[in-house]
Amino acid sequence: MSRFRVPGRGRVNPDRPVTFRFDGRPVQGCEGDTVASALLANGIHLMGRSFKYHRPRGAVAAGSEEPNALINTRRGPGRAEPNTRATMQEIWPGLEARPQNCWPRLSFDLGAVNDRAYMLFSAGFYYKTFMWPRSFWDKLYEPVIRAAAGLGVSPSEEDPDTYASRYLHTDVLVVGAGPAGLAAARTAAEAGLRVVLVDEHAEAGGTLLSEPQARIAGLPAWDWLTAELAALKALGVRVMTRTTAIGYYHQNMIGLCQRLTDHLAELPADTPRERMWRLRAARVVLAQGALEKPLVFDGNDRPGVMLAGAAQTYLHRFGVRVGDRPVILTSHDSAWHAAFDLQDAGAKVAAIVDTRAAPPAALAGEAQARGIRVLAGFTATATSGRLRVRSVRVHPVSAGTVGAGEEIACDCLLMSGGWTPSLHLFSHTKGSLAWDEDRTTFLPADTPEDCVIAGAGRGLWGIAATLADGAEKGAEVAASLGRGASAPALPVEGDRTGSGTSHTELATDRSPSRARAFVDFQNDVTAKDLRLAVREGMRSIEHVKRYTTNGMATDQGKMSNINGLNIAADALGRAQPKVGLTTFRPPYTPTSFGAFAGYHRGGHFEVTRRTAIDPLAEAAGAVFEPVGQWRRARYFPRPGEDMDTAVARECRATRTAIGMFDASTLGKIEVVGPDAVEFMNRMYTNPWTKLQPGRCRYGLLLGDDGFIRDDGVIGRLAHDRFHVTTTTGGAARVLNMMEDYLQTEWPELDVWLTSTTEQWSTIALNGPRVAELLRPLVEGVTLTEEAFPHMSVAECTVAGMPARLFRVSFTGETGFEVNVPAPMGPALWQRLAEAGAPLGLTPYGTEAMHVMRAEKGYIIVGQDTDGTVTPADAGLTWAVGKAKPDFVGKRGLARPDLTAPGRRQLVGLLTEDGTTLLEEGAQIVLDPAQPVPMKMVGHVTSAYRSEAAGRPIALALVEGGHGRMGETVHIPMPDRTIAATITGCVFHDPENTRLKLAAPGGDA
Amino acid sequence: MTRFNAFNLVRHALTGNRNWTEQWPDAEPKAEYDVVIVGAGGHGLGCAYYLAKEHGITNVAVIDKGWLGGGNTGRNTTIIRSNYLYDESARLFDHSVDLWEGLSQELNYNVMYSRRGCMMLAHSVHDIQSFKRHIHANRLNGVDNRWLTPQEAKDYCPPLNISPDARYPVLGAALQERAGTARHDAVAWGYARGAAARGVDIIQNCPVTAIRRGPSGGVIGVETARGFIRAKKVAVSASGHNTMVMDTAGVRLPLESFPLQALVSEPVKPVFPCVVMSNTVHAYISQSDKGELVIGSGTDQYTSYSQRGGLPLIEHTVAAITEVFPIFNRMRMLRKWGGIVDVTPDRSAIISKTPVQGLYVNCGWGTGGFKATPGAAHTLAWTVAKDEPHPINAPFTLERFRTGRLIDEAAAAAVAH
Repeated sequence: MSRFRVPGRGRVNPDRPVTFRFDGRPVQGCEGDTVASALLANGIHLMGRSFKYHRPRGAVAAGSEEPNALINTRRGPGRAEPNTRATMQEIWPGLEARPQNCWPRLSFDLGAVNDRAYMLFSAGFYYKTFMWPRSFWDKLYEPVIRAAAGLGVSPSEEDPDTYASRYLHTDVLVVGAGPAGLAAARTAAEAGLRVVLVDEHAEAGGTLLSEPQARIAGLPAWDWLTAELAALKALGVRVMTRTTAIGYYHQNMIGLCQRLTDHLAELPADTPRERMWRLRAARVVLAQGALEKPLVFDGNDRPGVMLAGAAQTYLHRFGVRVGDRPVILTSHDSAWHAAFDLQDAGAKVAAIVDTRAAPPAALAGEAQARGIRVLAGFTATATSGRLRVRSVRVHPVSAGTVGAGEEIACDCLLMSGGWTPSLHLFSHTKGSLAWDEDRTTFLPADTPEDCVIAGAGRGLWGIAATLADGAEKGAEVAASLGRGASAPALPVEGDRTGSGTSHTELATDRSPSRARAFVDFQNDVTAKDLRLAVREGMRSIEHVKRYTTNGMATDQGKMSNINGLNIAADALGRAQPKVGLTTFRPPYTPTSFGAFAGYHRGGHFEVTRRTAIDPLAEAAGAVFEPVGQWRRARYFPRPGEDMDTAVARECRATRTAIGMFDASTLGKIEVVGPDAVEFMNRMYTNPWTKLQPGRCRYGLLLGDDGFIRDDGVIGRLAHDRFHVTTTTGGAARVLNMMEDYLQTEWPELDVWLTSTTEQWSTIALNGPRVAELLRPLVEGVTLTEEAFPHMSVAECTVAGMPARLFRVSFTGETGFEVNVPAPMGPALWQRLAEAGAPLGLTPYGTEAMHVMRAEKGYIIVGQDTDGTVTPADAGLTWAVGKAKPDFVGKRGLARPDLTAPGRRQLVGLLTEDGTTLLEEGAQIVLDPAQPVPMKMVGHVTSAYRSEAAGRPIALALVEGGHGRMGETVHIPMPDRTIAATITGCVFHDPENTRLKLAAPGGDA
Repeated sequence: MTRFNAFNLVRHALTGNRNWTEQWPDAEPKAEYDVVIVGAGGHGLGCAYYLAKEHGITNVAVIDKGWLGGGNTGRNTTIIRSNYLYDESARLFDHSVDLWEGLSQELNYNVMYSRRGCMMLAHSVHDIQSFKRHIHANRLNGVDNRWLTPQEAKDYCPPLNISPDARYPVLGAALQERAGTARHDAVAWGYARGAAARGVDIIQNCPVTAIRRGPSGGVIGVETARGFIRAKKVAVSASGHNTMVMDTAGVRLPLESFPLQALVSEPVKPVFPCVVMSNTVHAYISQSDKGELVIGSGTDQYTSYSQRGGLPLIEHTVAAITEVFPIFNRMRMLRKWGGIVDVTPDRSAIISKTPVQGLYVNCGWGTGGFKATPGAAHTLAWTVAKDEPHPINAPFTLERFRTGRLIDEAAAAAVAH
């Protein structure tokens, strides 16, 4: 048994010893220990080093508010994390815990040299120096500062663990399973409500775990707790331990992070490390208790100086006596019980030092009965001890005068500056706080959310009061949800109620400017730093915080905010409520990135959309490219082919025989209803009224600013039904835009919009022999130029499958697009491939599609346009209905700059040497000899090698381009300047002769 | 004003740091000023500083409804860069970077401008086209920006995942080496100290409730919580709340306000040497000198004045970060927060005169205003002092939304419109 373990105390299991490693050495604890409690059981107080001064530090708390005892925890490759709280990390055999921010070792850290020069490193010192010479900041000062800063070391390997996300809806969420939370949950559950009760610790119980002396409803506290948890279970309450409510979001949504495996020796298969719950509750009860305040005095940070309440937790919950010779230093009654309990557990309490002149007589009597020395009306001005506190210097204070000091030897110093309600989550709701002068603390006031605070969070103290309040709040919540509930009165014996006073810094006989009285332990912010900040004009608590970094440590200000406020208020000569608290930010405690990311990692980061035909493309060896969320086949290389060769072959096959292309990713929206045509007239620039059913039209969509947003071929299937296609990347955006207009601007229109992108497999067939392929397969449409001209649409069957057949072309060759129900896509693809093989059918990918459409001067929205291009700029004036009364973007288009001369217009570019391929994105100038900055007149939007044109081709946006045909422009590259001639956009078959359908029996 | 330098730091340390004086006084409003600036963020304070320093106009008040630097100046992720596409933007942001480079010395306040380089990741053919376009335009504009292969990108930023099997593999990156970060609070404080030393009044916790116009229609002053303050000129620079302030002068601004969130991790030793941005997966990250990973999120989908964003967006942002930097999966988020950004239809700012004589506005910075702080402040001061725009901010007019002469960087960058 470890030297400081107290037999018969605590909830750890002494029969199950657990060995882990700390600072390279094996340490033995018990099942149920945290790293901190196990170290303390072995008399180890030194656990870490502080941020700035590298001062030796021990655990000051026993919970998630711990600022000092931060360790690097490790479980084999990939499973390491910095800045883990030793007070929360449960031990398991083999756990490796390493100290941080020290070199060469924890007990001898060279970084502590900073501590000698502490006067230089006052608040904000770095704003005042390191400015000369200028270049030294990047090269010298900043690297040195950065290396000195930081706490632990980032993981360096990929995390092998998984993380889960879940949704949960409930009537009542209770945060905190102490007496108030337990009672609230019980009352609400008995009223028939669904209740979720969460607690960040390994077991429920809160304060009760540290107060076994109490008796509730006639039972010892721990027996009552066991019975109560069983009752909650029977009532169907979901009790979640190791679960932290990290943030409170709009409309009562709470984020809960549940830690599932960090405490286990063996990782269970198929279990996530953590699970993030998005919980929506009709009502929330916040029963998060209170946090004990440290006292602020010189040397209050040495290892062994600890909160009295933490010592109580170590004793009662973990069976650990934190020292043999404690001194208690307090301004609150609660710490007296720590003295009594430790004395009863075999320690020899050196003294109880109370800053109050007249602590309660009952407590003094109890101390006397135990033979404990009491010093009332005393202050502490210093401590000694390098790696562990050795003594504390105390003085009587009378009428504000500090008397002669006395050094009291000790091996731990247990302090209490009173208690502060834990209102972090309440603050997340933008809830307002009200200053309570009696308790000298902030209490919750109003919140916009449906939540109530119960127990110590409202400044109540003691088990009886918090139990009663919890039950009352549970009933209140039940009543607000229309359920009757009674709040049973539970008699409590052995309750420890109490009160205290509040201090800024403790009185001292030394120069306050020399005192090193820590407020934010981790960030090494002292009271004099706060006073310096105020002296320098930082009047807002936010300024004080940012200037000193008080409250910005990983404890999120849980230990430092109230003391910081009190000191700043004192320095400003203003009342605390006038100064106010800084805003608490989520998460309540630091939370793994993995828990936020959840399932969205690796391939699941974002869905990869694949068409039904995709597996066939993959089997054919296609190379893919991401387009938005989709992956699309870019080209189908044959053995030995690179992209250029494969693409050239695919283009050639399409222009001479048949090319087959999976166009299923094109967005498709079904626009249906009596007002469908009116809706289309208003959305798109084109006129739709005269478009007959069975015919198609190229549609152009603008934003309200008049710039091109999307395009696509739109077929009219019936008077009241349109099949709209959009770009692949624009599908969701276009549907959103349509819905936005329909719902907010034109609610009077009787139209339905349905996304059908994934309902259809779309296969584009292009080429001179396409009719030969399709005629035998199509039933219900006669494939002649007369019966089914270019830009027609029909419902028919293709290879026996129900289909929507479009006669359209994005290549300049005779073209069809066959839409069949998505699952039939692969069968159709294979059928067409077989039937087309004798005709020279070749599948092509997006790259060949890009080349062929560029050869014809067809734009790709988002590549040849960029959100600044009007229909006229793109040469699409013909697609704008001049006679229409209105359409989206009409007013935007009428703005003077959109019709002014000198706009960038889409043109073709041919390099003058006839062989150079331009780079997409390259900039165009008129005068290549001008100095930088050059006047740029445009840029290359598309550039490809073109077999059909016999040379590289390009499209470009050029200032006044439509009026510059034949002119030479220049493209300055890093190594040379390329000359090019402006041409029209069409490089192939300008007369569109190849769009025609060959007559049946004709020879293609 | 005590000069900040190592000598004075030591001298004051020896006297227990008891003799430092306030960096700026908390002023009470006077009855009248030549110029009133609404909004004591970096832009507003900087404007006051340059008015005093470069234009000799010192009878100036900067008024804020809260504490100086408490808005977006103190809430952003401090990225500074100038690799913008359009001439107008490149000129404005490069002007800013020029000023950033000497700002610590100019203000005698270490704003920690750190030229650590900003890398923008390309994840698709479309990204490559867009970034190449930027790089070519930047080169011809004299703005530094160059293309890196995936391996070069990883060499520049070792935590980067360049596996071709990633959901959005890194296909390359555009690097601006002159880009970096700065300490945001110090920028506000440095400008405040510099302005106050030149006679500017900084009036905090004094909401401006209305802009008052005289019989001729021109500005005559502002109504505040502490009464009416006469002013010959008023410049409004109140970020997310610009629309509300300008409404009171009868000027409607083409702005929408959105919550924008950011977060930091727990501090760790140096692991991340530069700034990395990925518009495709929406991840923006650097490491502060304190050691925290500083991560920017996107705007919420809905307009709001609540400085409280939703959880789903943060989940997506963190997922994006761990997608690009998988080693950070076990790092922990320390703190997240929100600010309100005002966004124009073309996502470029407005630094402009208004139809009201004597009223100027600096707004619409959206998600990118911090980097522009010195440049915006400098040109706004010019505009106010001379009642005409500086050539650099001349294109950033309010008028352009009427004429259609937009500067649409977002459209050009093909960030989802």
